[in-house]
Amino acid sequence: MAASVSPSRFFREEPAERCGATVEIGGIPILLQTGDEDFRNLIEQRYAGFVNSSAEPVCQLAIHLQQPMKRPPDDVQVSRSGSVWRIERGDFCAEFDARSRSGWVRQSANPYSLDAVLRIMHSLVLAEEGGFLVHAASGVRNDRAFVFAGVSGAGKTTISRLAPPDATLLTDEISYIRRSGSSYHAYGTPFAGELARVGTNLKARLAALYFLEKGPDNRVVPVSGPHAAHALIRNILFFAHDPDLVKRVFDAAIEFVSRVPVARFVFAPDERAWELIR
Amino acid sequence: MSDKYIARSKAVAARVLGGEMIIMSAVDSKLFSLSDVATVIWEAADGRTPLSEIVAKRVCAEFDVPADVAYQDAEVLVEELATRGILSISNQPVADAEPATEAL
Repeated sequence: MAASVSPSRFFREEPAERCGATVEIGGIPILLQTGDEDFRNLIEQRYAGFVNSSAEPVCQLAIHLQQPMKRPPDDVQVSRSGSVWRIERGDFCAEFDARSRSGWVRQSANPYSLDAVLRIMHSLVLAEEGGFLVHAASGVRNDRAFVFAGVSGAGKTTISRLAPPDATLLTDEISYIRRSGSSYHAYGTPFAGELARVGTNLKARLAALYFLEKGPDNRVVPVSGPHAAHALIRNILFFAHDPDLVKRVFDAAIEFVSRVPVARFVFAPDERAWELIR
Repeated sequence: MSDKYIARSKAVAARVLGGEMIIMSAVDSKLFSLSDVATVIWEAADGRTPLSEIVAKRVCAEFDVPADVAYQDAEVLVEELATRGILSISNQPVADAEPATEAL
């Protein structure tokens, strides 16, 4: 008897969400799956410079578009059940399984919602390997990366705007730090601040972290380990009061300040500020 | 007067950095730095050793302070740490507490 021939033996129709774009930030490619062609184009524009269709994704995020929620964006709520993180804000709802490194998000076609989900996913992945995202501008000069941390108003935008032509800006808002053995690298991110300029997609070995302070002159003042740890932890993007995650982030911060020079960078807002950054 | 037993909370992360004990609460992400004396008490808080013994064998041995004054200060300290959720106080030994980080 002849075997029956089923089309399913010869091809498989992938669900629409399989289509999408792979966005690689910090050397971590994430496949953003969407069946909506317009939104995929929006993703490719939003993350231009970070789309890498040849990269093998290490994480996947299925995007389910819906009408905008009526609730305004509020503080993000992150909770964990086993290996699954649930992330909710007024404008989106998402889950991410840290074990399978896959998840989904339900949101409107708003790239800022996706930005928030990606930042949290990257934070969770980085926490497993001693890295973190930090409220900081960063740039590369002479193949060395410098990170400038500070809360809003500390001078991240100013120091970014003052960057000389031989410096490459990685970000003016959120810096991406990964550990590599006993050293650290800073990566460019598309998460822009007031400059509204996507960072450059490159990485460089981290030379120093500075806490920004505007002042009448330019000087670098070393900071002791405990003070550096306190200040760094205050600036790390941190989404959940989960004991395991807290311990990972805490350990990452302590390790970082033990290995990387940390100082206060008091700077006057003119071009001379970068004379000390070499 | 019954003695007190103190145990480090499991919902904290703690590391020594630059000779200073830094503690972070997993409940509210607050950070604390402990003084030398507080660090000695914190490290000895195994839930099984009475506070009076910790004070006598650790605090008074390492710091030049009279025992009665040291005990009164230790009581105030552990109450404050307990209020912040980074230490628990019991009138009985705590069975599942983490061991002391340094032998008494």
